[in-house]
Amino acid sequence: MKEVLDGNEAAATAAKLARVKVVSAYPITPQTTIVEKLAEFIADGELDAEYIKVESEHSALSACIGAAATGVRSFTATSSQGLMLMSEMLFVASGLRLPIVMTNVNRSLSAPLSIWCDQQDSMAVRDSGWVQLYCENNQEILDSTLQAFRVAEELLLPVMVCFDGYILSHTAEPVEIPEQAAVDEFLPVYKFPYPLDPEKPVTMGPLGVPEYYEESRYMLQEAARASKEKLVEVDKEFKRCFGRSYGLIERYHSDDADVILLTMGSLTSSAKEVVDTYRKQGEKVGLVKVRSFRPFPAKELIGALEQAKAVAVFEKDISLGSAGGLFLDVAASFINVKPAPLMLNFICGLAGRDVSPIQIKEAVRAATKAAETGRVRRTVRWLGLRKEVLG
Amino acid sequence: MKVEPIEEELVGPGHRACAGCGCILAMRHALKALGKNVIVSMATGCMEVVTTPYPETAWQVPWIHVAFENTAAVASGIEAALKVLGKKHVKSVAIAGDGGTVDIGLQALSGAIERGHNFLYICYDNEAYMNTGIQRSGATPYKAWTTTTPIGKVKRGEDRPKKDMPAIVAAHGAPYVATASVAYPLDFIKKVKKAAAIEGPTYIHVQAPCTPGWRIEDSKTIEVARLAVLTGSWVLYEIDQGKLNVTFKPPKRRPIGEYLKLQGRFRHLTNEDISEIQRTVDEQCKRFGLE
Amino acid sequence: MSLKPGAIITEPGSSARYETGSWRAFKPVIDANKCTACGICWLYCPEPAIIKGKPHAVDYRYCKGCGICANECPFKAISMVAEEHK
Repeated sequence: MKEVLDGNEAAATAAKLARVKVVSAYPITPQTTIVEKLAEFIADGELDAEYIKVESEHSALSACIGAAATGVRSFTATSSQGLMLMSEMLFVASGLRLPIVMTNVNRSLSAPLSIWCDQQDSMAVRDSGWVQLYCENNQEILDSTLQAFRVAEELLLPVMVCFDGYILSHTAEPVEIPEQAAVDEFLPVYKFPYPLDPEKPVTMGPLGVPEYYEESRYMLQEAARASKEKLVEVDKEFKRCFGRSYGLIERYHSDDADVILLTMGSLTSSAKEVVDTYRKQGEKVGLVKVRSFRPFPAKELIGALEQAKAVAVFEKDISLGSAGGLFLDVAASFINVKPAPLMLNFICGLAGRDVSPIQIKEAVRAATKAAETGRVRRTVRWLGLRKEVLG
Repeated sequence: MKVEPIEEELVGPGHRACAGCGCILAMRHALKALGKNVIVSMATGCMEVVTTPYPETAWQVPWIHVAFENTAAVASGIEAALKVLGKKHVKSVAIAGDGGTVDIGLQALSGAIERGHNFLYICYDNEAYMNTGIQRSGATPYKAWTTTTPIGKVKRGEDRPKKDMPAIVAAHGAPYVATASVAYPLDFIKKVKKAAAIEGPTYIHVQAPCTPGWRIEDSKTIEVARLAVLTGSWVLYEIDQGKLNVTFKPPKRRPIGEYLKLQGRFRHLTNEDISEIQRTVDEQCKRFGLE
Repeated sequence: MSLKPGAIITEPGSSARYETGSWRAFKPVIDANKCTACGICWLYCPEPAIIKGKPHAVDYRYCKGCGICANECPFKAISMVAEEHK
């Protein structure tokens, strides 16, 4: 059944369809309507779940950890400062191998304060051991969230589904909502192998003495890497059940492209239109969309990018003192691969600044120049910077 | 009502607590009162570290450690899950030290009580951040030595009074709040049983001496804890549905000096200091209706 | 000893493998004539390392020699004796 939903409604609907049993969340712009919607579902009896009205995001994820460890499907949502506040818990959740699913509505980071969209928040926690999926549109939000529960529970690894604040969260699009019965078949009842249970007492979160810590971390990294296969497997199964799939990356007119745009999130749609414009003019420009940022699909990206002359990596974040996080990972993937395309990093769209086709084309021109000359004058550039207000 | 401690040992032995540790004794007593049907969430701290050095655990009940400041939040999540699973006979129990309760843990505890979760929170109070090496907490008593309130030329010991945590919890309207001492285990066990049986957020604050932190002899843990009560420095009471009830009245209140002189953390006190402390203890006893 | 995910420990009470008795410098000796089996030492032992009986006995595998039992025994039935190296 198709309904017009904004991104937050799509996320809340997915959590409802997944029959989450514990929702533990704290309001923060622009995530608020997710938790409001879930509260409405529960108040109307449409969702049978406990709603813990926690007093902070740190407590939100802490409560999810307690609930997931006790053996029920748990869900939370946040953005920006909230994600930063709960960041301590992100590492604990993955370290404890708890299958929690979270929606992160991408929002900029203070200071200065900003409620508008960029990807700095989720990028800042890319080391946390959570699977990170980035959505291009509201259908993908709903679908990726449903997939996330299954991936998390089969892998024992928490999953973060990210999407752009306002651009997706508060923008309505037609979304196909699957039938509850079909979701029930796709997503079986939550089962955690070693729940907290007086019948079989376990100790979770012990003191990880040096004799064992490194191995424990290694096992976590192996699980994080194994999540790639699991994502592909679940995505295939999702296609079988619902007719839609997304992959780890998506290639768009990129197979023969000289210049490839690399994007993540809602910017992909705008960039695809720019690619169409170039193709109409006979120019070999293509796009690759990254959906799974963690685990990082290095092999898949090498396969998709290696024949290009230049790659323009767009991202709405910056690892201060270095370059954009997506760029750093892509560039690192190619470090031992020859030949490798030249790569340029375009920092854009911070705090909701519009990334227009004009800006995208500016980037394409820079990448094209690099492709022609075989040299990159400046690796990291900012698009749409208002130089006149720089102090 | 005679309280028989249950015979089953649900925590220890083999744990790495110091010889004479008052806190692990509090754990032992608490678990005797609670029995098997609990899920314990515990804060980072002495008790967490000494009982779970991987791959060993001293716990024979389900137990989870998540972090330092969020025990009450974790316990809230556990409680919600137990509700979902319909496990009415299992109780969510949060245990944290004084630092993890009155300082860094205060927010999560406040939220959990305000939301009315059905859980018991036990604060074991050794009056400083002991696990990290005896630094002061909001529960460190007035004039005590700690490593962050050292005795120097300009400053001499803790300059703030002990935070009245039970009063803060009671102000939330929690249905049951009580203080306890490891020197009065039957009183403690009775209170734990009572608190656990109540449906709603309940709180017990048990004072438990730390042998290295208080600078006392290993063998004196109980003697010192008893003197805290007999001098009126630590009052054993409960606030049951908002009504105060002192559960032990020292028959003849001893001078505070008897309690202080056994502890190296107070050995720098002058007679003036001791008089000042005696005055604050007298005021406290007056408030509780003790002579 | 192979790790489970999350370093979870599935054997409750496994700390009993570690015999903390090796820590002590003094050990409690219970005088059977004076012990009335009142249980106070058992109540106050932090390990626990008192075995109830007539008389009570010390579990020397775990006793750390803190001396609380000796200090609290109302009948002065317990004395702390220096550990001897064999």
